[in-house]
Amino acid sequence: MSIELQKIAKSYADNLVLQDISVQIQTGEFFAIVGPSGCGKSTLLRMIAGLIPISAGILKIDNQVVNQLPPQQRKLTMVFQNYALFPFLNVHDNVGFGLKARKLAPVKVEKRVKEALELVNLSEFAARKPRELSGGQRQRVALARAIASDAKICLMDEPLSNLDAQLRGKMRSEIRELQQRLGLTLIYVTHDQIEAMTMADRIMVLNDQQIQQVGTPTEIYQRPQNAFVAGFFGTPRINLLPVQHAVAKQLVVDESLTVNLNQPLPAGKYYLGIRPNDLRADFASEKTNAALRNLEYLGTQSVIHAELDNGQLVRVTVDGKLTAGINQRLLVTAEQNFIVFNEQQQAVLFAERGKQIGTTSNQQLQEA
Amino acid sequence: MEQQVTNNSKKLKQLPQNLSSLKTVSYDVNARDKLHAIWFLGPSLLVLAVFVFYPMLRTLYLSLFLTNNLGKPTVFVGLQNYWSLLTSSSYLASLQATFVYVIAVSILTLIFGLLLAQAASFKVKGSNFFRTVFSGTMGVSVSVAAIFWLFMFNPSIGLLDQIASVLHLPVINWLTQPGWAMTAIVISTVWMNLGFTFLIFFGALQTVPVNLYEAAQIEGVSKSYQFFHITLPMISPTVFFVSIITLIESFKSFGLIDLMTAGGPNNATNLLVYRIYQDAFLNGNYGLASTESVILAIIIAIFTFLQFKILEKRVTYQ
Repeated sequence: MSIELQKIAKSYADNLVLQDISVQIQTGEFFAIVGPSGCGKSTLLRMIAGLIPISAGILKIDNQVVNQLPPQQRKLTMVFQNYALFPFLNVHDNVGFGLKARKLAPVKVEKRVKEALELVNLSEFAARKPRELSGGQRQRVALARAIASDAKICLMDEPLSNLDAQLRGKMRSEIRELQQRLGLTLIYVTHDQIEAMTMADRIMVLNDQQIQQVGTPTEIYQRPQNAFVAGFFGTPRINLLPVQHAVAKQLVVDESLTVNLNQPLPAGKYYLGIRPNDLRADFASEKTNAALRNLEYLGTQSVIHAELDNGQLVRVTVDGKLTAGINQRLLVTAEQNFIVFNEQQQAVLFAERGKQIGTTSNQQLQEA
Repeated sequence: MEQQVTNNSKKLKQLPQNLSSLKTVSYDVNARDKLHAIWFLGPSLLVLAVFVFYPMLRTLYLSLFLTNNLGKPTVFVGLQNYWSLLTSSSYLASLQATFVYVIAVSILTLIFGLLLAQAASFKVKGSNFFRTVFSGTMGVSVSVAAIFWLFMFNPSIGLLDQIASVLHLPVINWLTQPGWAMTAIVISTVWMNLGFTFLIFFGALQTVPVNLYEAAQIEGVSKSYQFFHITLPMISPTVFFVSIITLIESFKSFGLIDLMTAGGPNNATNLLVYRIYQDAFLNGNYGLASTESVILAIIIAIFTFLQFKILEKRVTYQ
């Protein structure tokens, strides 16, 4: 079951919440919608579900326009952040609630509930009430209910936000596995970039009422089309440094922190986007251009927060543990992997190991 | 006697809280703590003793006596007061009228309260206005309500009969025909109850998470199924609470009856509490009135006990 959004918009009175949302989601695709709080991602999901009306645009499910169809006729199911379980029903009845309400034959209800509970490993908890379950188990009940409904499209609204970090990691792979196994077309709303990166086939990044970028996790991470997308994905956050001046084929952030271009850029103001792991920190160097301000030890790597002599703050990751004192001097230099953004913070150039690709427009990537 | 009834209902109102059986924690109470406890409990115990426990015991005591018209016990008659009441056809008629009244009022209050609350929950223009209007009767005193309904039920100028005459329906003498008088009293009481009931139900409905309805909507569950299988179970503790309060309150009804029918016509609306009032303060028969109070307290206790037995099983506390 494919889903197609054509110029979808949502407004409340004069307040525009979403505009110009167009995307095609393939059958069996794991599609994540990511964005900061209040970017309209849940609103978009609710419009697809049919819980709130679409202000403008066309929504197609299986090549059929469904704008006016009530939720139950859109043949989809939904998992909510707070699970939306009925506290007065046990696990079994929660999973079978919708089936029973739709007057499915009791034998069929029983079969589907049993299968769904087996799929999420909750068979032995069938008689328990939701309050007697842990957060992860409750979420699995919600999953089982979605599975039992037998819809081929599943919408999930921040399903893991209420779980602790460890459980979230475990549930991520469980959900992914289920989606593959059942061949579900899954639209997954989250504000967590890691969830989106690790689970999704494709990601839609939303901000400021509109799509920032749609692409695979690799595309989103390596070819972010603007500074927002670049900053939203990847921890620690990408460094976005104003370029002091561009001399011929060189962009200069400061005297020692420069990158080389294969071809000169037209005159203008630019930002240099460099991931922390593409910067190098040298504490032994005689020549220095920064001072250490803070150090985060993360086990396999450490994050250096340094202040360049021109006042810019940069993040640099180094392997293992670093023994350096606060305010110690260091030299920060750049590798040749970087992204150049123009004044409007749109990406104009991607550089990977010497190979550089320019973008002519912001929407299309073009080999330079 | 009135106080005893009030006291009884207070005890019953507190029961739902006691039910959530908390584990008893045993404290190591030493003598000094006990002294502290007495200081803290003392004032309220004193007030309760003077205004509740003493009247209760006194009522029980008086119910076994004949009294003079100042309320002093004169002749000990044992259970004879009870016997004479339970064999009196007029008392049994009162009892029956009370049951009819209580059951009708309780059921109608619950149904209409819930309907109004559900209706006001829909987010449409002007729903705020209706929320205020529906809870309005909370601010209406019994006397004002009585006057309002006396006008409504008046056969010559009353709105109800004017509508009836326009529709060529027979004009009803609401307050002077025995069957209709009871109906009229029930209608006015339900109307009086609605403000409070509406407010409590409306509050309860707001606590039901919207996601539950959304989940049901996506699964294609009909609105009525949602009401009976999501809304009702979710607010069942409130329904239970309101049903107990309403039942007890309607057993104690007095004001509207006194002002609208004074127990008439032909004792059709002579409910138990009104009868107690008549026996004690109009006929000066304090002993008998005390007996009636004790019986009323027992009846309320039995009804509430039954409610707990029958309804509580269906209540899900969260």
